[in-house]
Amino acid sequence: MTEVIATNQTILVVGGGISGMTAALEAAECGKNVVLVEKNSALGGRVSQLYRYFPKLCHPICGLEINQRRLKQNPRIRVLTMAEVTAIAGGEGDYTATVKLAPRFVNENCTACGECSKAVDSEVPDAFNYNLGKVKAAYLPNKMAYPQRYVIDPSIVGTPEGEKAKAACKYGAVDLDMQEETVQLKAGAVIWATGWKPYDAAKIQPYGYDRFSNVITSVEFERLADIHGPTKGKILRPSDGKEAKNIAFIQCAGSRDENHLRHCSRICCMASLKQTNYVREAYGDEGKSTIYYIDIRAIDRFEDFYAKVWNDPNVTFIKSKVAKAVQDEKTGDVVLHGVNTEGYHRYATPHDLVVLAVGMEPSVKGADLPAQIVSDSSGFIEADPANHAFFGAGCASSPLDVNRAVQSATASALRAIQVVNRVARVED
Amino acid sequence: MSENYRNNFLREVEEKVEEGHWVKMCMQCGVCAGSCPFGPHWAHPPQEIFMMIRAGKREEVLSSDSMWMCTSCYQCIVRCPRKLPITHIMHGLANYAYRLGLSPKKQPTQQFASMFWNNLAQAGRVNELKLSLGMYFKDGFAQGIKNAMAMQSVGLGMVKAKRLNPMELFAPHGVKDKSGFHAMLKKAREIEDRRKNLA
Repeated sequence: MTEVIATNQTILVVGGGISGMTAALEAAECGKNVVLVEKNSALGGRVSQLYRYFPKLCHPICGLEINQRRLKQNPRIRVLTMAEVTAIAGGEGDYTATVKLAPRFVNENCTACGECSKAVDSEVPDAFNYNLGKVKAAYLPNKMAYPQRYVIDPSIVGTPEGEKAKAACKYGAVDLDMQEETVQLKAGAVIWATGWKPYDAAKIQPYGYDRFSNVITSVEFERLADIHGPTKGKILRPSDGKEAKNIAFIQCAGSRDENHLRHCSRICCMASLKQTNYVREAYGDEGKSTIYYIDIRAIDRFEDFYAKVWNDPNVTFIKSKVAKAVQDEKTGDVVLHGVNTEGYHRYATPHDLVVLAVGMEPSVKGADLPAQIVSDSSGFIEADPANHAFFGAGCASSPLDVNRAVQSATASALRAIQVVNRVARVED
Repeated sequence: MSENYRNNFLREVEEKVEEGHWVKMCMQCGVCAGSCPFGPHWAHPPQEIFMMIRAGKREEVLSSDSMWMCTSCYQCIVRCPRKLPITHIMHGLANYAYRLGLSPKKQPTQQFASMFWNNLAQAGRVNELKLSLGMYFKDGFAQGIKNAMAMQSVGLGMVKAKRLNPMELFAPHGVKDKSGFHAMLKKAREIEDRRKNLA
């Protein structure tokens, strides 16, 4: 049985992405005890899947490393990975959370040597790379994974493949008898930082994401540009592996649309502006980007970044929401159809690759939360007194970029600290 | 406050055109224009019409043939990210322009629409024979004969299949209470005029 010590002075942080990590660290560094629960096998969330941040174009690995180091040094944080909160009962200062722990089949003896991975042959879809490639069924979630521990996919447990992995491990770290567990945790306050998921692009029927191989999403494009991605950092299109030098970005793919997501996802404009830099970085002046937009929402200091991209002769801006995409079966090119609002001209423009700047959806929507929580019409958690000591942080509370998600996480940590301080005063 | 920023024509459309109050909600994304299967064939796509209304171009909008080109396929309504009832607005604008006598006189859809209405309003039933003959002869007698000859086999086939009764030309059928029907139409017109200040 997994031992976790938690009292009603503990802060429970749900979600181990950039927001959850930040909230947990801020609270723990203020002397509070924190349990950090993450559904995946490693912390870092969507930020770890990004190639670069905007506007500074630095690598997320850097910021994550700092946070991982803070985590390692702090004895007040207990991290539970492959753990999901299924229910939360009670109220402010006295919550009880039910947490389901999925078996990893690898214990803490793991040194991440990788012998188990070499021993097995079967492969599973690579979730870290948005299933664009495959990984061995014994795998390290990603290069920067925290905890730095392998995972055995449940599909090979109980098969000769699983036994091969077990036999290859010199440290006795592979434990194929691990079972799913359910534990109950006490907490004085809950910080809900389950983040976001990309909107299901297949639902935007005219763009043909489900039909055309050369129509991909912005999150997949991040993985194409990343050296640890499925193409080793080369921007190649999926249909034929050709270098994609003429790339279209379609903004508001799902966002600001009453038929899909009614909110503006806020980050997609900047994400596409940033991604035009990847094209330039890969192909120099041969790399052409075209941004199809309704209006560019580069807020406050991002305006400078926008102006810079606007002045880049390799980037074309077309004020139009694309009406339809059609892939040419012979060439693999995707032709975009629509009407340009500036002059009302019709266009039918071919591109090597089309990137849909998909909107942000909360990972866990209001009604699916394990407690009665006030959320807005898109399912983001509201800062409402009726939510008592259940605080949304980061993209669970609003579509935010990394910078603002971290600010939101710090704010939620402050709120949670006040709650457990009140609890402590009553108890002392 | 925001009322001050609306020009007279936008206000006129909001008050008098069916679903006209939606026009201000358009965010000019262009999906309606790009999705319209008839798109390349009309002067101004819906997106442009909405912008022209907001720019106060009254004459250009109301005398345009664009609204009359709509085939009511509803693709624009389905795709509009702001759920504007674009098809209905187009019909509303067409109807309003017609009532003011500003719509283009020779536009075939408009000619057919008014012919259809007059035909229906007489007896409460559509007289298909008169309607199609009316269409054949709308561009003069010689052209009418040519049209009729071209469609001869279709017409005879329909007569044989009892889908077309030649006697309808002399003794058209209609609703039982014709005067009641006319009174109803008159009342409906009064209500509409009152609502739209068209009297």
